[in-house]
Amino acid sequence: MKKELKTEEERIAYNCRKATLLIEKKQEIELTAREKVELQLHLAGCYICRVYEQQSVLINAMMRQILKPQQDEVKLDDAFKEQLKEKITAKMNKH
Amino acid sequence: MRDETLTDKITEQAKFDDLKPARWVDDYADNLYNFALKRVNDETLAQDLVQDTFLSALEKAHHYRAESSERTWLTAILKNKIVDTYRNRNNILNGNSHIGSVEDEPEFFDPDLNNWKKEHWPAPFTVDNEDALHNKEFMNVLRKCMTKLPSLWMAVFKLKHLDDEETGFICKKLRLTSANYWVIIHRAKVNLRSCLQKNWM
Repeated sequence: MKKELKTEEERIAYNCRKATLLIEKKQEIELTAREKVELQLHLAGCYICRVYEQQSVLINAMMRQILKPQQDEVKLDDAFKEQLKEKITAKMNKH
Repeated sequence: MRDETLTDKITEQAKFDDLKPARWVDDYADNLYNFALKRVNDETLAQDLVQDTFLSALEKAHHYRAESSERTWLTAILKNKIVDTYRNRNNILNGNSHIGSVEDEPEFFDPDLNNWKKEHWPAPFTVDNEDALHNKEFMNVLRKCMTKLPSLWMAVFKLKHLDDEETGFICKKLRLTSANYWVIIHRAKVNLRSCLQKNWM
């Protein structure tokens, strides 16, 4: 039988979908007062979403490190550079 | 009046003369290429973007104001072109308004109750948070998981984490509603987290 959520408290307690969305928002913007309370209530009773929150913060830090690589600078191909210089000169002469 | 116009013209000419297009390739090409490559991950495309930047900079040379350095000005032009690429890629692939999805994306939450489905419960990673960032293998798992995200989602994350752009700016540039922006962030994170758990443990 399908379980029905009767009270507001129950809806908040069960709504991991919304709690995880709020966890994402919280890391970027200020939540509304109501959202803050809802999230707090949810997290108090939901161990799984507490794990999610920790991991979500960690993944952000990891992504930042992956996307901002300290890689060695790559050089453009010399032949390409020469062609590019010619194109620029040609265009300058047109003007 | 006349004098003013004349002065304006002279100043404009002076600013224009600050630009040294003949030196652009030697001075900035490698730098701009690296900037582009980090953002589009495609060598040919990055080369094209550098070329487009120089050529359209020549056309816009009269808009150049000496307040910004030549390098900053060229980088700004390139940045705009990169964002156009993000947007066009997405439009071509998905029509106009679809935000895309991960292949075989499961339903993580119960459709009625909205709680986690048991098979998708997040479990702690067996790695300390402080160690994770230095753990090459763990980072590589995430790197691999990231390749599965739709290009639009990656564009969002690049603007967010690489260019430190604000939510409002990202939405405007990628023509996303704020609701769709949060859907993307949320779904991307839920998917990445799950992929990391599956492939690490």
